[in-house]
Amino acid sequence: MVERILDPTDERVPLERTRAPRPLEFSGMIGLLDIAKPRGDVFLARVEERLRERFPSVAVARFRKPTFTKPAPEDLRLEIARSCTAVIEALAD
Amino acid sequence: MSAPSTTSPPIAPGGEAGAPGTVLPSLALETLQGEPLAPAVGSPRLLVAWKRDCETCALVLPALERVSRHLHARGLETIGLAQSAADDTLDAIGDLGLCFPQALDRDLVASLALAVEVVPTLVLVDGEGRVAARTEGLVLSEVSDLLRRASGLCGADADLVGRALDSFRLPAHRPGCASRTLDPEFVRAREVERGRGRLRARAIEIGEHEDPDEALFARGVTDGLPVVHPTEGRVLRMLSGTRRDPQEMVALVPPNLAPATVEKIAINAVMAGCLPEHLPVVLAAVEAACSDAFNMHGVLATTYPAAPLLVVNGPVRARIRMNSGLNALGQGNRANATIGRALNLVVRNLGGGRPGEVDRATLGQPGKFTYCLAENEEENPWSPLHVERGFAPGDSTVTLFAAEAPRVIVDQTSRTASGLCTSLGLAMQSVAHPRWGGYGDVFLVLSPEHVHTIARDGWSKDDVRARIQEVTSRPLSELLADDDCREGVPAKLAAGSDPATVRLSKFRDPAKIHVVVAGGPAGKFSAVIGGWVQGPMGSEIVTRKIEEPT
Repeated sequence: MVERILDPTDERVPLERTRAPRPLEFSGMIGLLDIAKPRGDVFLARVEERLRERFPSVAVARFRKPTFTKPAPEDLRLEIARSCTAVIEALAD
Repeated sequence: MSAPSTTSPPIAPGGEAGAPGTVLPSLALETLQGEPLAPAVGSPRLLVAWKRDCETCALVLPALERVSRHLHARGLETIGLAQSAADDTLDAIGDLGLCFPQALDRDLVASLALAVEVVPTLVLVDGEGRVAARTEGLVLSEVSDLLRRASGLCGADADLVGRALDSFRLPAHRPGCASRTLDPEFVRAREVERGRGRLRARAIEIGEHEDPDEALFARGVTDGLPVVHPTEGRVLRMLSGTRRDPQEMVALVPPNLAPATVEKIAINAVMAGCLPEHLPVVLAAVEAACSDAFNMHGVLATTYPAAPLLVVNGPVRARIRMNSGLNALGQGNRANATIGRALNLVVRNLGGGRPGEVDRATLGQPGKFTYCLAENEEENPWSPLHVERGFAPGDSTVTLFAAEAPRVIVDQTSRTASGLCTSLGLAMQSVAHPRWGGYGDVFLVLSPEHVHTIARDGWSKDDVRARIQEVTSRPLSELLADDDCREGVPAKLAAGSDPATVRLSKFRDPAKIHVVVAGGPAGKFSAVIGGWVQGPMGSEIVTRKIEEPT
């Protein structure tokens, strides 16, 4: 006998998330997102230094999440999406 | 058994369906062969609801067969409403020697329309379609009266009919059998049919050759233990535990911020093993867990072994038979066990909070299965937790705390409030790490024996907190990190001060020490429950009021 049960999940179709297309070259504004883990800023400072050396034409903008324990606030996500061509996010400890 | 094909039977106007004086509802009757069975319009008739294997039916029907011949000759048709399956009905017709027309009451639509609860039920209908008389079971005098009236309606010889009945020497009284409309399986199927329109969740069909338990494990919707299968019937019964609409949005469940309707939470509550009366507590707990202040996302994502601890207060505890006594933090009580489990299943199944994904706990802890405590307010000489948090004593509430596992504190020898609270404080110094200071919220779960020792000396909760704060404020010199143990207060923070005289409080504020009472009458054991990071970047304690019963 077939048993009918009700789906306990949120019923999202389990689509595999595809990666955003990678930029072929650095141009425009590159965002550096510090998720507020300790020493993430140190890591990003070094990344910024290397970017400026190797790609003098690109601009670099720094962003920071209020806390690593919560997702980035919507305003911050919008600001990054609006102003940057690519973003580098630092996980550190 | 097939489910009934109509969602509700037609009801006769002017009173209870099929009762004397009411107009007979329209019945689309069919023979056993599926042919329409339509009595002549405007003619009186006698309907007999019956089923096979009813001994009273087996007594009455042969007598009715004899009587029906007299009535039939005068234009009053006797029609059987057979509740059994066609084959069984055919067998019974043969065994009992019945010749009067039989309608197969497929899906019991006619029996429901006539509100038949007992078989045999005789319903005499006059030429205008109005119920003239009705009997249930066998009360010989009533059957005799009904047949006398039937004779009167069609002009048959009432004495002849009476003698035909008498010849069967029926007993004066004999109770009937329950109508098949009252079979539990039929009632459940009918409830599902009627309630299905309230449900929106996607149905999953478990194949005939699948083991349903294994299928649920394979779909990743359990916590590692088997779950109760969330069938439509069970979910509908669960929804009877709340007045809230099944489609009402309760919360967005982290980490996926998935919408949780009352229905979706009810599905997970069924799986956890909850009863309908538990649902309001689960709903309030989900609201609390999904608040920004509680930060369920962080509680999941942290490597710290934190789990949502539910502390239930108020009249709901007794109403749903929660355990606040012996083994209060242990196993064995259905409400305690399943309410906490339901919350964790909601977070897992709706929110997507699964270990190894967003749940990054290094060790985790057993409380991540279920962690639900009912405060023993009856043994608490002070205000219970919910009253301290601004609710009325008569309110029922659930308080959520991002909690570590409980750690026992043994003190079998202190006999004064001061001595015992000193002892408790010494043990509480070890929360997280003995050299840590400035800790946030902590729960102290006092056992009745301990709380009686304290209350005997007239101490208030604030006295308890003050003593613990005093005992756990240690000289900085004891807390400094050193070469033997790098954990502790960094030396640079102590620069410029005398570590021997400067003291650091274990707890940021005495008010952060939440004192609740739980446990059985014997045993000088209490427990301390530490928490995850508190404050805006961590988790705050959240209390929600629980809906009153329907």
